[in-house]
Amino acid sequence: MNIDELYQTIILDHYREKHHTGLREPYDVQVHHVNPSCGDELTLRVSLAGDVIKDVSYEGEGCSISQASTSVMTDLVIGETVRHSMGLYDDFLEMMQSKGEITPDEDRFEDAIAFAGVSKFPARVKCALLSWSALRDAVGQASDKES
Amino acid sequence: MLDVEKVRKDFPILGRTAGEYPLVYLDSANTSQKPQVVIDAIAEHYGQHNANVARAMHMLGAEATEAFEGARSGLAQFIGAERSEEVVFTKNASEALNLAANTLGASLKPGDEVVISVMEHHSNIVPWQLVCERTGATLRWFDITDEGRLDLEGAEREHLINERTKIVSLTSVSNVLGTHNPITDIARQAHEVGAAMVVDASQSVPHRVTDVSTLGADMVCFTGHKMCGPTGIGVLWGRHDLLEKLPPFLGGGEMIEVVEMARSTFAPPPYRFEAGTPPIAQAVGLGAAVDYLSGIGMAAIAQHEETMTAYALDKLTSIDGLVILGPTEAVDRGSAISFNLADVHPHDVMQVLDSRGIAIRGGHHCARPLHRRLGHQSSTRASSYLYTTTSEIDALADALVFTRNYFAPRFNQG
Repeated sequence: MNIDELYQTIILDHYREKHHTGLREPYDVQVHHVNPSCGDELTLRVSLAGDVIKDVSYEGEGCSISQASTSVMTDLVIGETVRHSMGLYDDFLEMMQSKGEITPDEDRFEDAIAFAGVSKFPARVKCALLSWSALRDAVGQASDKES
Repeated sequence: MLDVEKVRKDFPILGRTAGEYPLVYLDSANTSQKPQVVIDAIAEHYGQHNANVARAMHMLGAEATEAFEGARSGLAQFIGAERSEEVVFTKNASEALNLAANTLGASLKPGDEVVISVMEHHSNIVPWQLVCERTGATLRWFDITDEGRLDLEGAEREHLINERTKIVSLTSVSNVLGTHNPITDIARQAHEVGAAMVVDASQSVPHRVTDVSTLGADMVCFTGHKMCGPTGIGVLWGRHDLLEKLPPFLGGGEMIEVVEMARSTFAPPPYRFEAGTPPIAQAVGLGAAVDYLSGIGMAAIAQHEETMTAYALDKLTSIDGLVILGPTEAVDRGSAISFNLADVHPHDVMQVLDSRGIAIRGGHHCARPLHRRLGHQSSTRASSYLYTTTSEIDALADALVFTRNYFAPRFNQG
């Protein structure tokens, strides 16, 4: 197994310099998600303005894949609508479960295309999904609050 | 002296390769590999002698019962038990510890105390938490020193073991730090206040001579799959006079004496604690495993592992950016070595090593409180056994340097 397929430069860059880190005020909902099998933990806050995700802030401990995935996810969803972001979640999940079969649309996925390689490593798929699951949970709770 | 090249030929899996690399298996604290004699014993049991035990009266039933009880005697002898009725088969060490917690803990009441340590595996924490919650007893624990040994002085200052203590349950060897704990001394303290001493021996029985007749413990729990046996079987050894007084754990077939619709009476130990069809083929496999280990000699295995541990500690401590959790000298120390590499998460270490055919474990190793206590979120663990060679440890050290440089290019620049 060639590890360069897994650890693409985009992933290593985000791991070394994460975007949007730290827990910020104000926020609507805070969630804490863990991967019990490996111990990765993520605290994530979401702030909504109507149906737009105004901010996502986070603090987490985990491997390069989970950390880079969180960083990339925040780039993709901050300032976007809930509907668009949840659509991205569905597509990202589908790609991660595809075992490398799905070639993502670069315009839509931007840096998240780097995770297509991760989908060939079944043991690491949950690392890439941790932040997206936390986002979906937090956005769902925040939307319920608003309605 | 143990002839490691000869030993390796007994383990078919060690001949495997991972792409261009030979398999380097350094995850034996997680589960050990199996010698051909164990694989054959299980196949022969299913191929020639399979039947249920005790209740099947035909020829095969007698053969299966004899094999199952033969394994019990073999285990008893292997750990120095006075009688084979002291050996209870469970499905793993976790079930054995739950058995201990639920039977010994049945008479706990508010004000009573149970003592464990911060270096325990979750399997020796959670069962005690559950029984304390249920009974109102208080759970207390030993802290550790910065070097990763039990903080005996702190425990004495706090009167950790006192007249309220009813049960002390400790690991004999930490699955993360490798630390050997002074079980016999602590058992003496426990007995002085009338408490029972339980030992999680999952990381010691596979690696060195065990003699329950002199250990001082009242119960000893361990698992089969870490000692060349199959998965699905564990052992609880208990002093016979203690087991006789304890209530059952799980109810079902084989653990009864007389069942009436309103109430039942129960079989004597060990059967009282073995509800339902037991792990029969697994017991046969574990019996073959202890015969295999005894054939090589537990003292020779312990000596080989000490040599490997000293060699590995020497290699690993010389890697810039690598921090070892626990004692860095091969003194009173098992063969599991946990560490962290600067700027690289254990899962990434594991992944890069895996790409070079090296199997190690990354994570909290079912010891999250210990990792928190040490200020680490998780760690990477390499653990050796009777089949480990120095060239495998060299491969580990080389791969760790490669991994560090892959993730943290700053180490390349010096």
